[in-house]
Amino acid sequence: MTQAALDTAAPVAERRASPRGAAFERGFEILCFSAATMLLAALGGVLISLAIGGWPAFAKFGFGFLTTATWDPVEDVYGAAGPIVGTIITAALALLLAVPVAFGISFFLVELCPAFLRRSISTAVELLAGIPSIIYGMWGLFIFSPLFAKYLEIPLMTSAPQGSVMAALVQGTPNGSGILAASIILAIMILPFMAATLRELLLTVPPQVRESAYGLGATTQEVVMKVTLPYVRRGAIGAIMLGLGRALGETMAVTFIIGNSHNFPKGLFDSGSTIASTIANEFTEASTPMHTASLIALGLVLFLLTSIVLGLSRLMLRTSAKV
Amino acid sequence: MAVSQARVASRRLSNSLFVGFCYLVTGIALVALVAILWSLVIKGVGGLNLHVFTMSTPAPGSDGGLLNAIVGSLMLCLMAMVMCVTIGILAGTWLAEFSGDSLYGSVVRFLNDVLLSTPSILTGLFVWYLLVQPFHTFSGFAGGVALAIVASPVITRTTEEVLRLQPTSLRESGIALGAPFWHVIRHILWRAAGSGILTGALLAFARISGETAPLLFTALNNQFFSVDMRKPMANLPSVINQFALSAQDNWISLAWVAALLITVSVLAVTIIARAVSGEPRRS
Repeated sequence: MTQAALDTAAPVAERRASPRGAAFERGFEILCFSAATMLLAALGGVLISLAIGGWPAFAKFGFGFLTTATWDPVEDVYGAAGPIVGTIITAALALLLAVPVAFGISFFLVELCPAFLRRSISTAVELLAGIPSIIYGMWGLFIFSPLFAKYLEIPLMTSAPQGSVMAALVQGTPNGSGILAASIILAIMILPFMAATLRELLLTVPPQVRESAYGLGATTQEVVMKVTLPYVRRGAIGAIMLGLGRALGETMAVTFIIGNSHNFPKGLFDSGSTIASTIANEFTEASTPMHTASLIALGLVLFLLTSIVLGLSRLMLRTSAKV
Repeated sequence: MAVSQARVASRRLSNSLFVGFCYLVTGIALVALVAILWSLVIKGVGGLNLHVFTMSTPAPGSDGGLLNAIVGSLMLCLMAMVMCVTIGILAGTWLAEFSGDSLYGSVVRFLNDVLLSTPSILTGLFVWYLLVQPFHTFSGFAGGVALAIVASPVITRTTEEVLRLQPTSLRESGIALGAPFWHVIRHILWRAAGSGILTGALLAFARISGETAPLLFTALNNQFFSVDMRKPMANLPSVINQFALSAQDNWISLAWVAALLITVSVLAVTIIARAVSGEPRRS
């Protein structure tokens, strides 16, 4: 409060002592404001440090950094197309696998589940969402991947006829790690998270809407597909994209099981790499400054990719919450 | 009439397929959860003994435990929590109480959501650039900062949400008593919202206690016992990362023990958080 304002409030203000601690009023607001600004600074710092650190790679390799697939620390030549394509393929496959299942679980929890099981199953789904990704990675490496090799990869590869599309798809080494194995682990990881978000969304549908649909004689399937799902459409797309954002940036689970090779994957069982797994594997062992710069440049690509996806998803979830 | 019969039958059929699909996928997800927990318990409990808590991580082939990693993880998380609780609560308070309809407020809110889901490995790169490269050494301090950046947006968001749930009359009555607004916030609003904020902090703790990616290039790992924040610091996730990919049987078995410890503590903290927050009203 300024002196002038105190003066105009003349007699009363003079007689009354100002409350204890009132002097810090403005200070407290500034403190809170700076804390909020620090969050912006953190996000800005991530962007700026990645841009500065990755600049030498962009300057040297130009646009070719994104389109060539030679990743050769010995010759000090880097092209990131392999990890970028790997990231997009694994995230897309994971989404393809996880979305139908996530919708199924959330429909089950909201429409079909017997009341006495509802609490415990939704708690279980939420707990599953909280397990750290390195645990999924370890489970994938030691438990899932041997089974995957034995019961899926080897039978499929031996039974696929020579020269068919099938044979082209299942190329690779049947050792249990690779693109498809990583996608399945990713799908298991993003699944509970998406299911929990979708369930919350479906619960926002007013009961009258659902009940009147049932009252008209609609079956469960018709109520879900024609009434409740359209009601939360935007939010559902937002939830899916949030899952996509997670799948794109997921590091540990993928690193354990994707096989880590920088080439374009030839088939679903071939080993590959993602941006995050490449950074995780090589950063501390980077041999030259250009190697470090290229890895940071990869980080910038990932940052831009996920920020766009996440930004869009948040906008959709937000508008859906308002309506 | 016949047509209508056929139609009813086809609707019934497609509905049963749909319902069957929902049951099936939920079953599959629950089987996955049980399979993961089951293998953790089987493999983890087998390696559990007193040495785990009394000895540091071993050289290949020799006897050892996880003491340095457990202590390191606790110190890193504690340091991160101190920072992120301070920043998160203040920032959340600003968003809920001071930002009003300002453009800056909505920008912060939106970018906080983006920061919340930014891949944590990128946070690690940023902190490496900020705190590791200039000092030419990996440090526990850098690891704590990286974890704090991962956790702050969680607390900010929960704090804002619970403060917005407090009725306006609460603020008005405090101010009517002549208290400065910041006293109202500290003594009335934060207390009323206390359990909500605590839930947010516990969830943030659960999230960072298993985070690996941001620690890879910040705290790194340390084979020996060390509580020096200026040096590389051992932590459970990095130990798992190093040991699980090795060929040593005793390392792999310790990795399973570490995985079990992390999962049990994460699940315990999550369950406590749910209990603290009370029951969700809808269901």
